[in-house]
Amino acid sequence: MPFLVKRVVSAAALVLVTSLLMYLLLSPAFGNIARNVLGENATDDQVAELAAELGYDRPVFVQFADWLGSALTGDLGRSLFTSQSVWDALMSRMPVTVSLVVLVTLASGLIGFAMGLLAAVRRGWVDRLMQVLATLGDALPAFLIAIFLVTVFSIHLGWLPATGYTPPSVSVADWARGLLLPVTALTIVAVAGIAQQVRSAALGVLRQDFVRTLRSRGLSERRVILVNVLRNSSTTGLTALAVQVVGILGGAVVIEQIFALPGLGSLVIAGAARSDVPIVLGAVIAYVVIVVIVNLLVDLAVAWLNPKVRVS
Amino acid sequence: MSGSSALIQLPRRRESAWSRFVRNPLGVVAVIILAGVILACASALVLPLPDPNLIDVRNAMQPPSAEHLLGTDASGRDVLSRLLWGGQINLLGAALAMAVALVVGLPTGLLAGYYRGWFDGAANWVNNLNMALPGIVVLLAVRAVAGPSIWISMAVFGVMLAPGIFRVTRAAVLSVRSELYVDAAKVAGLSDARIIGKHILVVVRAPVIIQLARVASIAIAIQAGLEFLGITDSTVPSWGSMLNEAFRRIYSSPLLVLWPSLAIGLTSLALVLLANALRDALEGGSLAVASPRSQRPSAPSARAAGMSGTESGTTSGAEPAPAADTLLAVRDLEVAYGEGAGRTTVVHGVSLDIRPGEVLGLVGESGSGKSQTAFSILGLLPDGGRVSGGSIRFADRELTEMTPQQRRRLLGTEIAYVPQEPMSNLDPSFTIGQQLTVPLRARRGLSRQAARERVLALLARVGIPDPEKTFRSYPHQVSGGMAQRVLIAGAVAGEPRLLIADEPTTALDVTVQAEVLGLLRDLQRETGVAVLLVTHNFGVVADLCDRVAVMRGGVIVETGITDQVLTAPSEPYTRELLDSMLEDGPVREFHASATGRAGATNGDGGAS
Repeated sequence: MPFLVKRVVSAAALVLVTSLLMYLLLSPAFGNIARNVLGENATDDQVAELAAELGYDRPVFVQFADWLGSALTGDLGRSLFTSQSVWDALMSRMPVTVSLVVLVTLASGLIGFAMGLLAAVRRGWVDRLMQVLATLGDALPAFLIAIFLVTVFSIHLGWLPATGYTPPSVSVADWARGLLLPVTALTIVAVAGIAQQVRSAALGVLRQDFVRTLRSRGLSERRVILVNVLRNSSTTGLTALAVQVVGILGGAVVIEQIFALPGLGSLVIAGAARSDVPIVLGAVIAYVVIVVIVNLLVDLAVAWLNPKVRVS
Repeated sequence: MSGSSALIQLPRRRESAWSRFVRNPLGVVAVIILAGVILACASALVLPLPDPNLIDVRNAMQPPSAEHLLGTDASGRDVLSRLLWGGQINLLGAALAMAVALVVGLPTGLLAGYYRGWFDGAANWVNNLNMALPGIVVLLAVRAVAGPSIWISMAVFGVMLAPGIFRVTRAAVLSVRSELYVDAAKVAGLSDARIIGKHILVVVRAPVIIQLARVASIAIAIQAGLEFLGITDSTVPSWGSMLNEAFRRIYSSPLLVLWPSLAIGLTSLALVLLANALRDALEGGSLAVASPRSQRPSAPSARAAGMSGTESGTTSGAEPAPAADTLLAVRDLEVAYGEGAGRTTVVHGVSLDIRPGEVLGLVGESGSGKSQTAFSILGLLPDGGRVSGGSIRFADRELTEMTPQQRRRLLGTEIAYVPQEPMSNLDPSFTIGQQLTVPLRARRGLSRQAARERVLALLARVGIPDPEKTFRSYPHQVSGGMAQRVLIAGAVAGEPRLLIADEPTTALDVTVQAEVLGLLRDLQRETGVAVLLVTHNFGVVADLCDRVAVMRGGVIVETGITDQVLTAPSEPYTRELLDSMLEDGPVREFHASATGRAGATNGDGGAS
């Protein structure tokens, strides 16, 4: 299927270009690596010598090619501080961030589609509620909503844990309890953006001639809305969802910190604070890969739902 | 819009935009909040507040007092002082991001919009990269290189937000660069720089201001987020770092998170509300645009002329009481849009009868109300439209008294519809086979296989050369003529007693029109279905109709046997209509061909 091949190639290109740009961005920090290793008392000559030994005196593009070659074999280097392999660190953090993102994407997708469709069909108070939510979602960062949720549900009511993560292999119930508040906070922010797009797409579809013709065939209103209007609005809705996923990932960085979830976010924060370049670089690539995979999935879903994309 | 009018309108638009803004309570509230926040933070420079970094461990966690209006934090620092001094950092950080975004985004957007070229491609790439990574992750990477300074982070973030400014600027420039007054300025010899400065900046101003308010709210949120993560310079007080410290002690003193949360939330919310209010004021309210556009036909122009002619003419059927064998009897039908002062009546007391197996032509110009009459019978008037008077009796049942569900049950199996525009009347997301089988299965309870066989037979019957292939095709893969045959097949699939065809050939190529008309005629004779044929084309009427009703301005001006009306119309309007068509139309024999009408009358012949 050439469509799929094209998408995969452009996804790979995006990962490559982002890696290069991030490598260039982070390259000034490589100079500090030798200094970090040798300590404050080392002379400049010693630092330069070690940098040369580590290969950091070569042109940056050569360094990048070198790094890329290793990265393709799964070797992303080691943390400057813990000496842990970056790959291992990423793999141990990935499940947390991925569960968070997958749950939020599903929740905000389901609620967003339902709300947008309902607002388009019913208008009235559903519509107004959605506008309010959209404004709040635009204005309030997820971490503020999370802090509010923690204050209410963990501190005042004591219903849910404020922090901590239990792997689902230990206890699925605790895993779900631990993720409920973080997922809720991120969903509240993401849902309105999706709902608004679905709403305006559905309003557009409802004005289409074919909706009247479908009604003239005697099909029930429920069927026309849930099958035809929904399907024809889904491309817009899914694209909005893909856009939101980038926002969800960004929100998740701070949310992981708030709820002490050991995900990619807390890894990259610690790495940034200590200028642990290999960790930061590896985590950034991991984020890009998640975004790219989500976009690929959305492209596939759009192609499946929209024959024009698929056939042409 | 001509050049001069655009130039003249600008000042007036600005004035009314201002008054629109002032009347929007949310916008005013947002401005008051923002002004309050900015003034409060600036007042820290002159107020005798304690040093925001003055640690006094003995006075830690004090409740509000005269000395510390909002109390003290865990290190005994004055909360109010930190809030106001910290606010300065947050406001300045947002201002820095705005400035950078503007400096990068505006000139590039102007140039890209004005000269197009490679700028467009490059900007697109930057935007795609922006969409590939969450902003905060990039800022964390920047932090790893550049250290804890919030100013570097916010400057970089400004660059990342620049595509937003670039996009709206470029779009605004593109929308006016082809306008006449820009051309006129070029002809007048103005330099590009002066044209950009004089004419284009004016257009760009509104969208850029709106976008800047959005940029500011995003910047406030992300800066607070970075500070909250505790990776910025902790010696500088800020809302985010206050939140960070307060959150660590949320169990012992939950109140401490309140003030920085409020400051961040209110400022960000006010900026978003401001952006929305500005958008509504400057762009004429896109909320209003977003609400459904009711497809309201223009008010009939010839209402008075038509009113007098209602009861006259060569009426063939008995007007007041329908004959015993009438299938459809419409009496004094009124259709209106809107309520109260905004109410427009588009059909004023239409009466018509159709007997079983009869073909009635409903003729009139665009906006005469003929499509509205047809949609009323179907019960499928566009949003906002309703039957405001009269009765519609179908097979001795009063349709206007039925619930929507009851009416829906009549559609497809009793009354069917053939639309005007074939391509837009098929659902693009489903195959033609799916669209035709679903009603048969849902309404007539046919099995998947039985429905498929029936549809294939129907497709063959309506003259589709390869039914199997068309069955599997999507609408965009077939021609307009084929699509119209598919729609006709869909309409007759349920074996209706009445077919309502709204300009069924108008949108087709001239050569295809004759074929489709022939198909309709054959199907009508075969099945004996009664047809209400809405058209603006007397050729079609001559070809197909037993009787014809002429509409004008929402009323029927003449009804009669087709031959009679065409050869000896009793109403001057009918004659006028006939004459205008013959004058404009190609030279041809009147009765022989119904196909040459495509260019004969302008107008699409319906308010649909």
